[in-house]
Amino acid sequence: MGFIKDAMQPAGSLRARPLLTQIITLGMTISSALIIWKALICITGCESPVIVVVSGSMEPGFKRGDILFLHMNEDPIRAGDIVVFNIKGKTIPVVHRVIQVHEQQNNKEIYVLTKGDINKKDDRLGGIYGSGQLWLQRQHIMGRAIGFLPYEGWVTIVLTENPIVKYVLIGALSLVLITSKDRGAKQNSRTNE
Amino acid sequence: MHSFGYRANALLTVAVTILALMCAIASLSDNFNSPTPSAQVQVLNINWFQKHQDGNDEISLTLNISANLQSLFTWNTKQVFVFLAAEYETPMNSLNQVSLWDGIIPAKEHAKFWIHTSNKYRFIDQGSNLRGKDFNLTLHWHVMPKTGKMFADKIVMSGYRLPQDYR
Repeated sequence: MGFIKDAMQPAGSLRARPLLTQIITLGMTISSALIIWKALICITGCESPVIVVVSGSMEPGFKRGDILFLHMNEDPIRAGDIVVFNIKGKTIPVVHRVIQVHEQQNNKEIYVLTKGDINKKDDRLGGIYGSGQLWLQRQHIMGRAIGFLPYEGWVTIVLTENPIVKYVLIGALSLVLITSKDRGAKQNSRTNE
Repeated sequence: MHSFGYRANALLTVAVTILALMCAIASLSDNFNSPTPSAQVQVLNINWFQKHQDGNDEISLTLNISANLQSLFTWNTKQVFVFLAAEYETPMNSLNQVSLWDGIIPAKEHAKFWIHTSNKYRFIDQGSNLRGKDFNLTLHWHVMPKTGKMFADKIVMSGYRLPQDYR
């Protein structure tokens, strides 16, 4: 690696190397996080293998802020499964339990009705489905919940519901990054003297 | 390398990793539990049985459900979600599952129960196939852990039949 150091020295001042190192380290961290995320998507077969519970409709089982692990495979959807589904026009996916399944004879097309554990009305009566929609079908369902971690999702909820916190955090992080870089450069110049 | 920032970061990373490991081990311990649940359901009465204007049959039943699910609880169990579903086949659908009743068992003491109730959710068919229909009543349960993997299982009770005529 010595020849790289020699090549870098004449290329710029002492400030170029620590800056480049930091950029590369940052890039590597982001890339490895992305690799792990994409691998999870492949393994679990869903587009978002981990989601945060945002509504209280599945209490006392799942509270706001819990993290759910999802999995999707070819197994048929059956009553009792906790499924995550998207409704056209609504941005947040819904996590509810299946209470009715009708599976057709020949093409195995399924018609599913869901309900939050604590809700009195099922999702059709309660207006959760789009207007005129009576059932959920295969294409609406993103995955089945197979496990969960309590409380960890609170950070995501706070960030989503209070965007100000996001900006404050990014501002603080950038400040820390800039000040630490200065300290790194100062240390380098001290050792080189 | 000894600033507050670095130390806090290292501490947080180790803490979160250990926490995740503990949750995983807690979840694994659930695999050592071998439950022996039991259940019984009686259909006491057919309250009414009609066909709606849109062509779908609906029936109202009174049920007597008794079960002992105490062996499902471990130290890592938050609650057990239990529900009773009627399952039957029709010419159009190879499988129909309709949930008639559900409940949440928060603790082991409540897991041995006996209830007398009419169906909590409406038993409506997709079509008009319920007259004289043979069906199974299946008691399903989902063990929801304090942390980790969820387990589900069921007991199938067969031999029930709906009346031949509307009433």
